[in-house]
Amino acid sequence: METTTPLLNIDHVGIRFGGLRAVADVNIKLFPGELVGLIGPNGAGKTTLFNLLTGVYVPTEGSISFEGEDLCRLPPFKITRKGISRTFQNIRLFSELSVLDNVKVAYHSQAKHTMASSILRMPGHFSGEKDMHEKAIEFLKIFNLDQYMDEKAKNLPYGQQRRLEIARALAANPRLLLLDEPAAGMNPKETHELMDLIGLIRKKFNLTVLLIEHDMPLVMGVCERIYVLDHGQLIANGTPEEIRNNPKVIEAYLGEEVS
Amino acid sequence: MTIFKQSKGFWLSVLLSFILFTVVQLLLTGGILNSYYENMIIFMGINIILAVSLHLIIGITGQFSIGHAGFLAVGAFASAVITMKFEMPLFAGLLVGGIVAALAGMLIGIPTLRLKGDYLAIATLGFGEIVRIVFLNIDYIGGASGMQVTHMTTWPWVFGCILITILVIRNFTNSSHGRACISIREDETAADAMGINTTYYKVAAFVIGAFFAGIAGGLWAHNFYIIQPSNFGFLKSFDILIFVVLGGLGSLSGAVLAAIVLTIVSTFLQDYPETRMLFYSLILIVMMIYRPQGLMGTRELTSLFKRKTKGGSKDGNHHTTA
Repeated sequence: METTTPLLNIDHVGIRFGGLRAVADVNIKLFPGELVGLIGPNGAGKTTLFNLLTGVYVPTEGSISFEGEDLCRLPPFKITRKGISRTFQNIRLFSELSVLDNVKVAYHSQAKHTMASSILRMPGHFSGEKDMHEKAIEFLKIFNLDQYMDEKAKNLPYGQQRRLEIARALAANPRLLLLDEPAAGMNPKETHELMDLIGLIRKKFNLTVLLIEHDMPLVMGVCERIYVLDHGQLIANGTPEEIRNNPKVIEAYLGEEVS
Repeated sequence: MTIFKQSKGFWLSVLLSFILFTVVQLLLTGGILNSYYENMIIFMGINIILAVSLHLIIGITGQFSIGHAGFLAVGAFASAVITMKFEMPLFAGLLVGGIVAALAGMLIGIPTLRLKGDYLAIATLGFGEIVRIVFLNIDYIGGASGMQVTHMTTWPWVFGCILITILVIRNFTNSSHGRACISIREDETAADAMGINTTYYKVAAFVIGAFFAGIAGGLWAHNFYIIQPSNFGFLKSFDILIFVVLGGLGSLSGAVLAAIVLTIVSTFLQDYPETRMLFYSLILIVMMIYRPQGLMGTRELTSLFKRKTKGGSKDGNHHTTA
């Protein structure tokens, strides 16, 4: 594993908000095809790290490179187009848009037809839209969401909304997928389905996945490696087995049972 | 070739608009509608263009801009300069009015569209006032006393401009580019994370909206014999905003409907200007209490007819669903 070049290299990254050091000196390497977990108590800086990766925040120290390219200072939409896509901790769907249109928005950056061709309704517009429409339907079928196609996203049940958010993130054609607490608020059955789904999409789309999760059985069950963040710093990294027995991790969770 | 492949609804609306045009034209030339009504109809048309152009900015892209009268003023004065000072035809005047307003939209849009919500509202409000005061102090265009403009705006011009405005904005909205704008309205952070260049689309919506407001300005200037900077104050921006809010944020036909209804109302109340504003405010208050989503909500008139056909996508992409 260590012989290949990393897909994502987070090198001594940190960010300060005024006097607060939200994330400090974080080093993470992700290799192609890996499924890696990122855990830590509330407020440890996990989502902040995601925001750093996706360009929402600019790191005040260190550097982030993806496939050898420096990502720092790129705006979020450019980072997405380079191949990093994400979901959000609190679902952020386009709630007034239909399920199908939510996916289509993610396809937009791959659209071939120009604004002028759409306004003048030139042939390019029709072929572009048709192409997008068919691809989006195909996509929804993979996620078993095609029966809700014309439903507004806000009307979906909670679990399906999470599913749609993952589908939408994948429609943006990423090579690295960042999942921010995808199982939050799900019941055990839904969580189980989610685990299967993550396994499925990983193989199907040849993805590398970085997963933030509080649901320990989920993390321990699917992740090959786990990083543990506490107070903005990495305190451990290793296989689920190693993490489970790491005294520092147990301490960070204040004696909470880690398994 | 798919270029002529449009839905039945499209051809139906082409037919209906042609009938509407001919009927009004015949009524006007036949003298059945006097100049009082002609004026009202032209004013209504200008208001429709303004409402639809602001609908793109507020209703579709979600950028709360309340300086639309600024673009109207820019278009009015630019087109009046072209026809009066350079003695060019009305068409050139309208086009230049639109282009200059669009440039103004880009100029004001690029710095201010970083702002969100109420901050953007205040910035655009400021823009509207700046335009008014700048025009007030340019002697070339008459300063406070304004410019004399020949009456050239006729029903065919107004109708043509309405048609182009609605068609362009409808086509834009019902495309991937329009969806990009709606996604910004729904959740800008998520739109950004989905690879949408949010700044680009916000500015694009602003520029297109400003362009048509500029054209409306051109029609306005050549309708009222005289234009003065004081015509384009904050209250004018507020008038246009009311069309969009009352019609239902996000509904093009709602904006058109509200523009029609409110023009009729305000025409009949024009002898009592104070009562007009009182009445307006009352309508708004009642509306916000009993129907906060506006006349049409986010729906379009066409969706009322489409109910029966099952499985058609709701965004008007008829060509993709068989």
